[in-house]
Amino acid sequence: MSQKIKCALIGPGNIGTDLLYKLKRSPVLDPVWMVGVDSASEGLKRARDLGLKTTELGVDGLLPYLAADSVQIAFDATSAYVHAENSRKLTERGVMVIDLTPAAIGPFCVPPVNLLQLVEKREMNVNMVTCGGQATIPMIAAISRVQPVTYGEIVATISSESAGPGTRKNIDEFTRTTAAAIEEVGGARQGKAIIIINPAEPPLVMRDTVHCLTETAPDQEKITASIHAMIQEVQKYVPGYRLVNGPVFDGNRVSVFLEVEGLGDFLPKYSGNLDIMTAAAAQTAEMFAEGILAGTIILTPTCPVAPAA
Amino acid sequence: MTVKGKRITVHDMTLRDGMHPKRHQMTLDEMRAVARGLDAAGVPLIEVTHGDGLGGSSLNYGFPAHTDEEYLNALIPLLKQARVSALLIPGIGTVDHLRMARDLGVHTIRVATHCTEADVSEQHISLARKLEMDTVGFLMMAHKADAQRLVSQARLMESYGANCVYITDSAGYMLPGEVKEKIIAVRAALKAQTEVGFHGHHNLAMGVANSVAAVECGATRIDAAAAGLGAGAGNTPMEVLIAVCNRMGIDTGVDLFKMQDVAEDIVVPMMEHPVRIDRDALILGYAGVYSSFLLFAKRAEKKYGVAAREILIELGRRGIVGGQEDMIEDAAMSMAKARGLI
Repeated sequence: MSQKIKCALIGPGNIGTDLLYKLKRSPVLDPVWMVGVDSASEGLKRARDLGLKTTELGVDGLLPYLAADSVQIAFDATSAYVHAENSRKLTERGVMVIDLTPAAIGPFCVPPVNLLQLVEKREMNVNMVTCGGQATIPMIAAISRVQPVTYGEIVATISSESAGPGTRKNIDEFTRTTAAAIEEVGGARQGKAIIIINPAEPPLVMRDTVHCLTETAPDQEKITASIHAMIQEVQKYVPGYRLVNGPVFDGNRVSVFLEVEGLGDFLPKYSGNLDIMTAAAAQTAEMFAEGILAGTIILTPTCPVAPAA
Repeated sequence: MTVKGKRITVHDMTLRDGMHPKRHQMTLDEMRAVARGLDAAGVPLIEVTHGDGLGGSSLNYGFPAHTDEEYLNALIPLLKQARVSALLIPGIGTVDHLRMARDLGVHTIRVATHCTEADVSEQHISLARKLEMDTVGFLMMAHKADAQRLVSQARLMESYGANCVYITDSAGYMLPGEVKEKIIAVRAALKAQTEVGFHGHHNLAMGVANSVAAVECGATRIDAAAAGLGAGAGNTPMEVLIAVCNRMGIDTGVDLFKMQDVAEDIVVPMMEHPVRIDRDALILGYAGVYSSFLLFAKRAEKKYGVAAREILIELGRRGIVGGQEDMIEDAAMSMAKARGLI
């Protein structure tokens, strides 16, 4: 059996559990720890059943075992509030952290757009933006690599069933973080994000619409080709990522209508929003792991930073 | 329940919901003229902003002629007695918009969610409460949830700090019996000091009848617009509501003749098309579809050759909710493809 990089998952909720199923299939990643805060958690039990070590003491319960179990990559699927501390403790000890919370301490990562650059920079903490960001920013980048985009806007609609309490309590984080990443990663000069939660029964598959304004008249042929090429890139890790309609060209507006169906690993297929987050996180970890295995990436502990007074 | 002598607050929608039929292109002068007229007529509360509320400026809903800041700044200093409210739909606008509105002198914030998703409003309602604003929860598309569900959602909004909760008939679908059942249930469930409101659309010509039914069941805030200027076939026409309230002895504090003149002399001439129950607006109410979809569906009909009312029925079938304007062009294209039109 080829060598694998050992990983820890923090947060045994829906996202953490779905991610665990994906990591179990990875040729280069080996999930060995699941970290929670509640000993009665279903997620911790499920992880134990799948052969992982678990702790209900939060990240502090994991730290003493990092070295012995050679954990090199950790995924944080908890909340923005605790991520900063989790990340500090882990990166100080040389563990690379993939952030699935809206904390966004590290640079945004949208795999088909900028993962290679982040790997080259040996980033110790990368942020996976939001589900809507993962679903739409590849399209904005596909347009902005053809010609300048003055304005990029996305509308993400997720089913009520798949919108967790964290998203609901802090929905502004979604719009802010996504809008920022539309600019920073997507390459639009100005970004705007809208999220809609739809309660229809049976639950709707995640829908994402991307509207861009190009600076000059859009080169329809090139943009169409670029979009189709980018869709294939995303489909490599999210097979249910599909173009439903478009691109529509209307003056300088370019609109793309997408649907994201999940793999149904742990979560129902309609929750493509959760699937695209976990798939993107797994894809990101795999690329870092390949670098570590090839010796091109050597994880070095970050300097401890004194906490702000 | 007798309503004679009952005092209600009428809340004008002309400069917010009325932005939908104006494609959000109202000029500052148009807004000033309407606001002055409403103020002089005694309307106590006037909503202002993009039709989709604070932060609604977008390709999806339409870019407005002016920013929310520009509209609010132009109007608030003009008003002698009326106060200004702003709508905020979480997922579109954020607490940053809320703070901006308050700093400009907005008195009332109305935080709107789909009627089953009230828990996305916690951030915004609790901040508005903390800022000591008149804080309203606005449960949209209220025909999509039964009374019990609405009660649970209204209680959530109240628990976050709303001092008033609205039953909002965004699709103009509800009939008076349903309005009564839902208002009674919500009124009974909330604290006595929490107000209950009703927002109607006139797609089935029920705007006034539904509003009166709501008042009879304990609602004390009623939305309406001059000449009904609002999405779909418009909102409850304010001048008609005032006349009916006068007849019933409901005290609105609004001068009927002055209100009629605002509608007739200022608002009707502003209309880009007659805001009336045409065949498409009727289908909004008939199929239970978000009223602001009307003009988008008409545009999609022109572009893709599928009748607007068929698109609207398809959107209703799919369970599309407020804010999903993107799905109108999407549905039209999918329907046109299936018919070999594109």
